[in-house]
Amino acid sequence: MGKSTRQAFGEALAKLGEEHSEIVVLEADLAKSTKTELFMKKFPERFFEMGIAEANMIGTAAGLAFAGKIPFCASFACFLTGRYDTIRLSVAYAGANVRLIGTHAGVGIGDDGHSQMGIEDVALMRALPTMGVFQPMDAKETEHIMEYLVKGWKGPAYVRLTRQDLPDLYPAGAQFKPGKLMEIVPHASTGQKKVVCVATGAGVGEAVQASKLLAAQGISMSVWNAHSLKPFDDEQTLKIAQGASLFITVEDHSVIGGLGSCVAEALAKTSAHPKLMKLGIQDQFGESGEPFELYEKHGISAGAIARTVMEH
Amino acid sequence: MQAQELAKLANELRIDIIEMLMEAKSGHPGGSLSAIDIITALWFHEMRGIEPGRLADTRDRFVLSKGHAVPALYAVLAKKGFIPHEELKTLRRTGSRLQGHPDRVRMPIVEASTGSLGQGLSVAQGLALGMKLDKKPSRIYCLLGDGEIQEGQVWEAAMSAAKFELSNLCAIVDCNNGQIDGTVDSVMPVEPLVDKWRAFGWHVIDINGHDMEQILGAFREARMVAEGGETKPFMILARTVKGKGVSFMENQIGWHGVAPKAAEAAKAKEELTKLIGNQ
Repeated sequence: MGKSTRQAFGEALAKLGEEHSEIVVLEADLAKSTKTELFMKKFPERFFEMGIAEANMIGTAAGLAFAGKIPFCASFACFLTGRYDTIRLSVAYAGANVRLIGTHAGVGIGDDGHSQMGIEDVALMRALPTMGVFQPMDAKETEHIMEYLVKGWKGPAYVRLTRQDLPDLYPAGAQFKPGKLMEIVPHASTGQKKVVCVATGAGVGEAVQASKLLAAQGISMSVWNAHSLKPFDDEQTLKIAQGASLFITVEDHSVIGGLGSCVAEALAKTSAHPKLMKLGIQDQFGESGEPFELYEKHGISAGAIARTVMEH
Repeated sequence: MQAQELAKLANELRIDIIEMLMEAKSGHPGGSLSAIDIITALWFHEMRGIEPGRLADTRDRFVLSKGHAVPALYAVLAKKGFIPHEELKTLRRTGSRLQGHPDRVRMPIVEASTGSLGQGLSVAQGLALGMKLDKKPSRIYCLLGDGEIQEGQVWEAAMSAAKFELSNLCAIVDCNNGQIDGTVDSVMPVEPLVDKWRAFGWHVIDINGHDMEQILGAFREARMVAEGGETKPFMILARTVKGKGVSFMENQIGWHGVAPKAAEAAKAKEELTKLIGNQ
C-alpha cells in the first residue's frame, strides 16, 4: 500500500514551496489532518492559520491571489465546499488563482461518519464556471497534479484527496497529460464481454482489483483513470465506449454530479452508446463504519464492482 | 482637493448616480447616496498610486464590499478617468462592463467581485496580507454596509485582521441604518458597533459620514497611526443617511433598491443642483 493522497499533497506542497516563493498556504485548524503542517514547519512566514472559519479563509485566499500569490487553501472537502457562496463569488466569479484542497473525501474516511464525509464536493465544484476539478488516484499522480497547479494551471482549482492510504498505481515513467484519461488496465485480448470502467480517486484501486477478479471469470474489463473531472476528457470517453458491452464508473462520491455524471454527459453526445452503470454513493448520506465495509455497502469495493459487472 | 471642493464634487457625483439609475431603470440609490462622500474622499484625496494609465503596483486598493452601491463607485471612476462618462449610461445593460454589482474580471480596478454580502472584508484582508508579506506600502480600504455586517463571515474577518496585525487595512461601515426589510435596528440590531469592533481588536473611530472634514480626518488618522507603528486594523464607523442629498429619498427604505423615474430624477437633480450652487 502506498501513501494517502493528502500525505503526498503535503509533501509536494512543502517541496514546491522551495522554488515558488509565491505559494502561500491557508489553514482552518486542520493542519495535521490536511498535511499542510509540512509546509507550515518549513515556511512559517507564508503559512496563515485562519482558525475554524473557512469562509473567511477562502475570501482571504482570493485577496492573496489578487496580490500575486498562489494560495493553497485546505480543509476537509465537506467543510471547504460547504462555504459555497464565498467560493462562487470571491473565487470563481472573480477568476482568483486559488487552489482549494479538500481532504477526507468520501465514505472512505470511515469512523467519523456523515458530517465529515465530502460526498457532494465534486458536484458543487464542477458546477462553477472557471473551476478546475482534480482527483489523483495515488501519491505519484498527486505530485504531478500539484506541479501542474503551480506551473501550468491558471485560475481557480479544486483538488480532492483521501484520508486513507491508496495503492501505488501510476505507471513508472509515464508522462502526465493534464485533463486526459489514462489507461491503467488494458483489455485482455480474449474475453466473452468487453467492459469499460472509468474510475477516479480511491475508486481506481478498487476497479483494478475488480478487473483481476473478473479476468478470472473470463470477463475483460479495462480500467481508466480520470484525474480531471473538469475539464473532462469527453473525446477519449467516447472512443473507449466504442464496441463495449457495458460502461461502468467507480467513485467514492455521489453519482449525482460526480464522475458518473461526467461520463453520462459525454456519452449523451452520441446516439448509440453502451449501457452505463454509475457506481458510487447513490443519493445517500454517509455513516460511521470501517472503510472496507462502507465500500462494500455502497457497491464500490472490488468484490462489489465485480459482482455488479457479472450480473449485467 | 480640499474638503469643501470634495463635498461639492460628491454632490455632482450624486447627480451622476441618479442619472445612471434612471437610465438603467433599476439599481440601488439609497446606499449609493449614503456612501458617495466616503468613496469620493478616498479616490480624490486619500488613496495613492491610482492615476488611470499608470496604476502603481504599490497602489492603494479599494474593495466595495457592499457591492450594490457600485453606481457610486462607477461615478467616481468615470470622474477619475477610468471609464468614459457616457459609458455610465450602459449600467446593467447586456454586454456592459458596468455590471449591477462589481465584477473584477470585466473591470479589474474594482479589485474584488462582490454583491453577495459579507465577503469583501475577507478579500480586502487577503490583499492587505499579501502587501504586508511583500513589504509594499499599499493601504487597503474596504467599505461595508451596516446591514451587511449581520453576515457571520464579516466577524470571522474581524477576528483574523486583528490577529495578523493588518494596520494597512482600513474598513469603513456605512451606517445608514437601512436595509431591504426595514431599519437595521428592527431587522437585526448590530449595535453597539464601537464596542464590538474594539472588542475584536480594531482601532475604532465614529464619525459623521457626510462631514467631509471628519471623513478626511478619519483617513488621515488611520494612515498616521499605521505609520506610527500601531498594529491594529482601523475601523471608521461612518454615520450616514440613506438616500442623502435627495429630500424624498432620505431615510426612506423604499429607495433602497428602486430606480427613480424621469420626473423623480429631474426633481432629485434640481435639489442637488441647488445644493451645489450653495456650496
